[in-house]
Amino acid sequence: MKKYKWLVPTLYIIFLMLPIYWLINMSFKTTTEIINTYSLWPQKFTTENYVKIFTDSTWYMGYVNSITYTVFNTVISVAAALPAAYAFSRYKFLGDKHLFFWLLTNRMAPPAVFALPFFQFYSSVNLFDTHIAVALSHCLFNIPLAVWILEGFMSAVPKELDETAYVDGYSFGRFFFKIFVPTIAAGIGITMFFCFMFSWVELLLAKTLTATEAKPIAATMTRTASTSGYELGLLAAAGTLTIIPGAIVIYFVKDYIAKGFAMGRV
Amino acid sequence: MNKTINQKAWFFVVPVFILVAFNAAIPLMTVVNYSFQETFGNNVFAWEGTRWFKQILLSERFHAALGRQFAFTFIILLIQIPLGIGIALTMPKKGWGVPVCLILMSMPLLIPWNVVGAMWNIFALPDIGFLGHSLNGMGFDYNFTQQPGDAWFTTILMDVWHWTSLVVLLSYAGLNSIQPAYYQAAEIDGASRWAIFRYIELPKMKKVLTLAILLRFMDSFMIYTEPFVLTGGGPGNTTAFLSIDLVKMALGQFDLGPAAAMSLIYFFIVLLVCWVFYNLMMKNEVQS
Repeated sequence: MKKYKWLVPTLYIIFLMLPIYWLINMSFKTTTEIINTYSLWPQKFTTENYVKIFTDSTWYMGYVNSITYTVFNTVISVAAALPAAYAFSRYKFLGDKHLFFWLLTNRMAPPAVFALPFFQFYSSVNLFDTHIAVALSHCLFNIPLAVWILEGFMSAVPKELDETAYVDGYSFGRFFFKIFVPTIAAGIGITMFFCFMFSWVELLLAKTLTATEAKPIAATMTRTASTSGYELGLLAAAGTLTIIPGAIVIYFVKDYIAKGFAMGRV
Repeated sequence: MNKTINQKAWFFVVPVFILVAFNAAIPLMTVVNYSFQETFGNNVFAWEGTRWFKQILLSERFHAALGRQFAFTFIILLIQIPLGIGIALTMPKKGWGVPVCLILMSMPLLIPWNVVGAMWNIFALPDIGFLGHSLNGMGFDYNFTQQPGDAWFTTILMDVWHWTSLVVLLSYAGLNSIQPAYYQAAEIDGASRWAIFRYIELPKMKKVLTLAILLRFMDSFMIYTEPFVLTGGGPGNTTAFLSIDLVKMALGQFDLGPAAAMSLIYFFIVLLVCWVFYNLMMKNEVQS
């Protein structure tokens, strides 16, 4: 029994990799080959799909746009959430519990509910089709998440740390940035990972709030698929490339992922 | 931790409050505003009272979508939670296997949702997709674009593929936090594998599992992009879950009033279920 334990995760990983392999397989085929023949690997290996993406600005700008608003959003979310999480973890104040739950309710709001009002709201303040509009709209679910994760990490730091620093004559600002932030560096890293992740994978709001200037790669894909008669090879190559930023980010935080989940806050 | 009372802490919360209020309160008020009015275009509105709410609550279309939504969420929870726990229990605890498992298993979580849908679409196509081709080769009559049963099967399989890892990672973290002393004690007592799971591992995972159920409930209840790309809600309306139906009504038919009323009812249902879960979770946290 124990000898065959490794089989379960192995089979699961194979199940996870199959669709990804299929996507990569397709990305190296020409569209005609995809439609006409069924094969487990490319018969006529081609990189023309990738060449097209890297030379056509409507394609590669999609990646630039996606990464831009994702980074904006991560920075805004974490910067705003840091002091708030500190307040929630250290102090009692009027309405703190209600405020905390209210924040969480926004993580629960279906984006489909907000799509139309967001479109009208950001259009009326002239932010439609800008990176900042998407970054701000993603704050709706990422800030509550960031506050929640960071509060978990901060509550794990004993309060004596704060008090000792004040006795030693540290001002609040110096204490916060010189001592407190480095102490919870791992927590900040994990928070950034989750903010990046949820902003990167979201499409409904990003698509609703953009037209051309800030259009995310995911939206470029849907549009091409419907207008020029399913260029499957190109679609597969673009899809494959969207996996890469995520893979890079995972590699950097792999040692912290388990720890982050252990806090029980995601 | 004993917290000190400090009303000035509000200043720390102000940036978050403003950013979220800006994003949540203003659009939500727009929705509330629409839900009570009839629009004739050109910004002409007429007061409708609770007509849209009554209309939605009594409409068969909404009942059907809500039914499909609950069925879907229930099925994926029933599959993903036990499966996730099972995989977490069999994962290696140390050595090179740990990072390999963590990295590969996290992959589906970081793929944009419409790419997930597109990927599964070409994976499941009956003629050129690996899944569809294999199933048909095995003698099944499989075609997810035409048969409702197959469409459901594919959508659920896709969601299991996409999100089971989240349950795995959470359970794995919960398992890792158990002190070795517990296992040693169980060994001395001669406890069976089942007893160890039932009386040591499961209680220790209670907190993360509540969270896993909460997250999976919320996200599966809001699911939009993946089934939209995979099946487009079809064939017919058989996989049109709440969000898909809502977007169809709001942006497709531009029925703002009914769509707004439906949004509010939808949001209220999610909120209600989550509130129950949240209180359960906080109660656990206080106990432990």
